[in-house]
Amino acid sequence: MSEPVRESMEFDVVIVGGGPAGLAAAIRLRQLSPQTSVCLIEKGSEIGAHIVSGAVIEPRALAELLPDWRERGAPLDTPVTAEDMFYLTETGSIRVPMLDKVMPHMANHGNYIVSLGEVCRWLAVQAEELGVEIYPGFAGAEVLIERNRVVGVATGDMGVGRDGKPGPNYQPGMELRGRYTLFAEGCRGSLTKQVMAHYDLRKDADPQTYGLGIKEVWEIPAENHRPGLVQHSFGWPLDNGTYGGAWLYHFGENLVSYGFVIGLDYANTWLSPFEEMQRVKLHLAFRQHLEGGRRISYGARALSEGGLQSIPRLTFPGGALIGDSAGFLNVPKIKGTHTSMKSGMLAAEAVVDAMKTDRAEPGSYTQKVRQSWLWQELRTARNIRPAFARFGAMGGAVYAGLDAMVLRGRAPWTLHFKHQDNETLRAADLCAKPFYPKPDGKLTFDRLSSVFLSATNHEEDQPVHLRLKNPSLWKTVNWDVFHAPEARYCPAGVYEVADEQTAPHLQINAQNCVHCKTCDIKDPTQNIDWTTPEGGGGPNYPAGM
Amino acid sequence: MKILVPVKRVVDYNIKPRVKADGSGVETAGVKMSMNPFDEIAVEEAVRLREKGAASEVVVVSIGVQQAQDTLRTAMAMGADRAILVLTDESPEPLAVAKVLKTLVEKEGPSLVVLGKQAIDDDMNATGQMLAGLLGWGQGTFASKVDVVDGRVNVSREIDGGTEQVSLALPAIITADLRLNEPRYASLPNIMKAKKKPLETIPAADLGVDMTPRLTVVSVAEPAERKAGIKVGSATELVEKLRNEAKVI
Repeated sequence: MSEPVRESMEFDVVIVGGGPAGLAAAIRLRQLSPQTSVCLIEKGSEIGAHIVSGAVIEPRALAELLPDWRERGAPLDTPVTAEDMFYLTETGSIRVPMLDKVMPHMANHGNYIVSLGEVCRWLAVQAEELGVEIYPGFAGAEVLIERNRVVGVATGDMGVGRDGKPGPNYQPGMELRGRYTLFAEGCRGSLTKQVMAHYDLRKDADPQTYGLGIKEVWEIPAENHRPGLVQHSFGWPLDNGTYGGAWLYHFGENLVSYGFVIGLDYANTWLSPFEEMQRVKLHLAFRQHLEGGRRISYGARALSEGGLQSIPRLTFPGGALIGDSAGFLNVPKIKGTHTSMKSGMLAAEAVVDAMKTDRAEPGSYTQKVRQSWLWQELRTARNIRPAFARFGAMGGAVYAGLDAMVLRGRAPWTLHFKHQDNETLRAADLCAKPFYPKPDGKLTFDRLSSVFLSATNHEEDQPVHLRLKNPSLWKTVNWDVFHAPEARYCPAGVYEVADEQTAPHLQINAQNCVHCKTCDIKDPTQNIDWTTPEGGGGPNYPAGM
Repeated sequence: MKILVPVKRVVDYNIKPRVKADGSGVETAGVKMSMNPFDEIAVEEAVRLREKGAASEVVVVSIGVQQAQDTLRTAMAMGADRAILVLTDESPEPLAVAKVLKTLVEKEGPSLVVLGKQAIDDDMNATGQMLAGLLGWGQGTFASKVDVVDGRVNVSREIDGGTEQVSLALPAIITADLRLNEPRYASLPNIMKAKKKPLETIPAADLGVDMTPRLTVVSVAEPAERKAGIKVGSATELVEKLRNEAKVI
């Protein structure tokens, strides 16, 4: 059988993913070496379409990349002016005193509340002005490896029917060949996963541990809006063994970013991150900010929480991992934008080095990372997240306080992660069911009305992009032991149990997928494989996300 | 034969539009924009006519802000040969659009203008008809099938309860309905090639067209939220409720 021939195009550097890391790398490459051809692809329908973040960002890396970012009109418009951290109980809240001493990582003076999607759109304009070719709407579907060197990626075929056969609109994918390929897919990238496996990049690293962030943007009455206010919480409704908390930021024109992050190493199979996120809004500490407002957007995304210990080998013949594909998030700061951008910039420098001598592996990247403030930051922060995994929320908080005030991040030991997140779930009959109130339609909502606000769309007639490697495992493991945890952890209602009473089976509503990647991480046997759907599909997050 | 296809940059059809807090219009800042879907159908039809040999050149035109270039590039990636951007910061009404298009028709001399039947943002459904009126050309609106034969164009029109066949002498105006065709994907190689196709920018003021708005927007509001339904136990209860509560029978 003859396959239609894919077209191919050669570039110096191919970048997969148009988030802060990929765009920063692209900009740095053209700044250092204006004749280098750089092609960046993004699976979202436009740059920013798949970006979800809080986001309070530290402008450090941005200022290094584009020192005149203010003059260029970067959308960093709301400086942080006030911040609170609350420990919540079911009915009350305790404000953490001397926040800058006890939790120095949380000090946000000089930082900005932004829509990271808007920041990325702006970065893309800067990159295009420098001559970067940016192609949104095209998903990297395949890593091209020849003679054990990554030589680029291929975009997915378009117009393939649900049955896997080419439809009337069929367009074959295209090979984007690069001397170097940078993977900037964000947390749990689907191509990054293949590259890590092929080159065994995780060999000397701790398992990666993840969190799931779920976010809403609200528009609230002007009289309640306090631009620059940052509020975080921990404690209720999560139990002592579960890591997570909520955020609330006032920014922009009467907008509030509200969201919730939960560590995906949680144990209770009945837990539903979505419903935890919804019910926190009923707590007075949050309710008072949102009442009278309306919810205008919704999104979700997994993030890497492993930090320093979990960072894999960063380079391989023909390329490197940057941003959250590698796992550069600073967990105690709950920020990854500045570290992602920095890693992209350092990788760009290393690629320019490697091009000079035509070396296959941009090896100086690792060295540059280790010598930068990025490494210092992650090194200082390295024990905090594992302390929570080991000692629980209260113990972890005490450890974090000690680490900050006494050890100052210079502990002579390093705490390690022992488990992958898919190994931590306990069987359904060993777990207590949390009580989740029904949505009231004013402050709290169900999944489907939420997904609607993410403007998610996939071409309906295409193969299901969420694949069960072994379909029979679902019944014996997911259903019989854990009672379908995917139906609860998926924030988009993709997974549904059909015919629960008679012949339970899994129904996958792949069109709802907001590309958060949680199922690829948390499925007990890692039986669910998240692959890229047709480019341009997925959420279309609007301004404000 | 040359074909002119006007295309409009609108809020993407996947986006839930949000009315601005002051009720003055729909929020477009930072919102994803793309080509009006009916215009995509028009571009596809024009490109197919060229591929069949019925036309020699497809020229796309958009009237709007600088970013409308992206929409024109998409049209060229689908197969249009070149593009014209009439640059304005205003959002012109159908009559003004039709007048601008008339000047371009006079300049370019196409035998066929294929438009989308309406734009999904204001749903006016007027530009094609107004342009036909201004030019004194025949029009085949709501087209679901188009054939160019011996200097005439035969159009199947979607009308209430069926289809109507019209045959128009060229030059003519066609507006595309949903079932005319299924537009192709702009493939990555074609998007790359489209970057090199010619795009001419003309400031709207240079055309000397009166674009003064004739309409005033009084207010814009979102539709009232639908109330939740109820389940009834029996047909009798349903009839009772329809009669006494809803008072519809």
